[in-house]
Amino acid sequence: MTTLWAVRLFVASDAFTFAALLLGYAYLRAHSGSWPAPFTLLPGLLLTAILLASSFSMAKAVRSPKAAKPWLLATLVCGVAFLVLHSLEWRHLIAERQVGLHDNPWGVPLFGATFFTLTGLHMAHVAAGVAVIGGLLRGSSLQALRAANLYWQFVDGVWLFLFPAVYLTALQS
Amino acid sequence: MRTFLSRYLFSTDHKTIGIQYFVLSVLAGFVGLALSVVMRIHLSYPEAKIRLFEILWPNGAPGGVMTPELYLALLTMHGTIMAFFLLTTVPLGGFGNYFLPIQIGAHDMALPRLNMLSFWTTFLSFLVLLAAFFVEGGAPLSGWTAYPPLSAAGPIAGPGQGTGQTLWIVSIAIFCLASLFGSINFITTTLEMRVKGMSLFRMPLTVWAWFITALISLFAFAVLMAAGILLLLDREAGTSFFLPTGLLINDRALPNQGGTPLLWQHLFWFFGHPEVYIAVLPGMGIVSTILANFARKPVFGYKPMVWAMLAIAGLGFIVWGHHMFISGMNPYSSLAFSVLTLTIGVPSAIKTFNWLGTLWGGRIQLTTAMLFSLGFVSVFVTGGLTGIILGQPSLDIYFHDTYFVVGHFHMIMGVASVFAMFAATFYWFPRMFGRMLNEKLGRVHFYITFLGVYGIFIPMHFAGLAGNPRRYADFTQFEFLQDLTILHKFSSHCAFTTAAVQLLFLANLIYSYRRGPLAKDNPWNATTLEWLNKTPDAVHCGAYEYSVPGDTKDFRMQHEEAR
Repeated sequence: MTTLWAVRLFVASDAFTFAALLLGYAYLRAHSGSWPAPFTLLPGLLLTAILLASSFSMAKAVRSPKAAKPWLLATLVCGVAFLVLHSLEWRHLIAERQVGLHDNPWGVPLFGATFFTLTGLHMAHVAAGVAVIGGLLRGSSLQALRAANLYWQFVDGVWLFLFPAVYLTALQS
Repeated sequence: MRTFLSRYLFSTDHKTIGIQYFVLSVLAGFVGLALSVVMRIHLSYPEAKIRLFEILWPNGAPGGVMTPELYLALLTMHGTIMAFFLLTTVPLGGFGNYFLPIQIGAHDMALPRLNMLSFWTTFLSFLVLLAAFFVEGGAPLSGWTAYPPLSAAGPIAGPGQGTGQTLWIVSIAIFCLASLFGSINFITTTLEMRVKGMSLFRMPLTVWAWFITALISLFAFAVLMAAGILLLLDREAGTSFFLPTGLLINDRALPNQGGTPLLWQHLFWFFGHPEVYIAVLPGMGIVSTILANFARKPVFGYKPMVWAMLAIAGLGFIVWGHHMFISGMNPYSSLAFSVLTLTIGVPSAIKTFNWLGTLWGGRIQLTTAMLFSLGFVSVFVTGGLTGIILGQPSLDIYFHDTYFVVGHFHMIMGVASVFAMFAATFYWFPRMFGRMLNEKLGRVHFYITFLGVYGIFIPMHFAGLAGNPRRYADFTQFEFLQDLTILHKFSSHCAFTTAAVQLLFLANLIYSYRRGPLAKDNPWNATTLEWLNKTPDAVHCGAYEYSVPGDTKDFRMQHEEAR
């Protein structure tokens, strides 16, 4: 139970960090005159679908701790796929659309700054989760499994806030 | 060698870690105190050429006369060291680590290795902060609140705004991590490790206070972490979160666009106001326990005390706007923040009257621990009442950034929590080190400190009433402040005396640690479990069963069954 409590509390605290960043993003956007809308629906939707699938497989792993391995592996694959696709999207934005941390073609430097900070921090969380699940593949207690599940569902949950806040409100018309 | 390392340095034992936190913070406290003395010397004698200053800061005090920049650097470091490494660290990290587990009948914290990690992370954070003194440009100038644009614009904004400010923000980010580890541990331990029979409402109020403080810091530091990440990006990656369009600094236009310094203020004070309660709540728990013990009476209104602490903690998260009344806020927001702020007066008053109720009709023993606890109640009321004044926009618009504010927060956040630390040190020293502190030295220490702090901070309120701004390095330059010189001199001399008396406390600590009379098992005839030399199997009653009618002795320890 101790590990589970520790992760619950960590997640609660981390939720405040993300909430602060998201509210800060909303605050800055409200103060900006214009905001670029460069995204298309499909890539973001694909990322969301991958994470939702991983949520499902992780939940399955906890439901059947004795046969957890294939489900964990599926979660791991989804996590890695998310990281790879997301990185490709970053590369596209940086290389082809000239979006940087403090510069972009639309003259709204905060667009890149907020995008990379929010999604970057989230990606770091996904990467940490992938590492943890990789460790669990080598054998795990039920407690560790439940703790990892809690963390993973939280990270996916954060994405469900990031996706609308960052992508859906900046779609090409 | 191995045993030395594992027993004293990298120990996972909560008692050792508690003492490590305590020693680190006492050290930090004396560094912070020394900085304040240096500042008060400069404020009282701005023209004096002081050789020591020149030796310490060749660039900051050429010829022994302090530059305004050096003054601001000292002010920043004083505030940061005191707020983070004394007020946040001793009550929770020090006493909390040592006593929370044994007060709930546990043998250690729930996560001992994480506990060790949180101490060493705190230590690293302190070293990084101190390093700011030794880099080029010296320590940062932006105060413990690190308001941008000053803190975000980089070296162009002044000496110390280069590497010094970066080290500051890195140190704070590390501290956020350490606090996160610590709070996770405290909360988990309280929830999971209580001995049989130790229901939540049988816990000593100290445990409640540490538990609630850990909850506050779990959420407050998370937001400071977010703010810190953004500030670091502004400084190192060229983003403009806190830097507005078209900013001119030293006649140079910055390239940044679109940010707003107000975002930092919102994020910082969302952390900053709860931080005040992180500093003072453990003190409330400690004082409740000590007042009950030395009045030989149960705490008056135990449950309301708990609810009041919870209310203070909850309200603390929704009042941050009262630090920003003049920052440019919609007046309706100010009204809402003001009403919520004044509401905190209610649970605070409940606590104060319950302390008085605890004393009422008691058989009072004026030990040093008791004196400091009474002193806590006194400065808590003094500092709290000025909080009611500052919580109203109509008054705060005038008082903002004056010495009135300096007097107020030093009383409530600084002196009150420090008094609780002294009380706790005198009360628990026998349990921690097996010897008693010297009571005579303790009383001298208390009376001079008590008069001293009023002597330091009451004149500051008057200076503030007269419009004296804070954070100025030299008041003699302004005609309208000439008449106030006498107030500042008085304040400074009280500060010198009070600071000197703290050396007496230090001497008492060192002397008693080696030569003090050996302590009995339960020297204060207290009821709580830390005075039991073993982990009990179960507890049978509440935490403050003093003078129970029908009992043969006037206290019943928690593990004792009723007869």
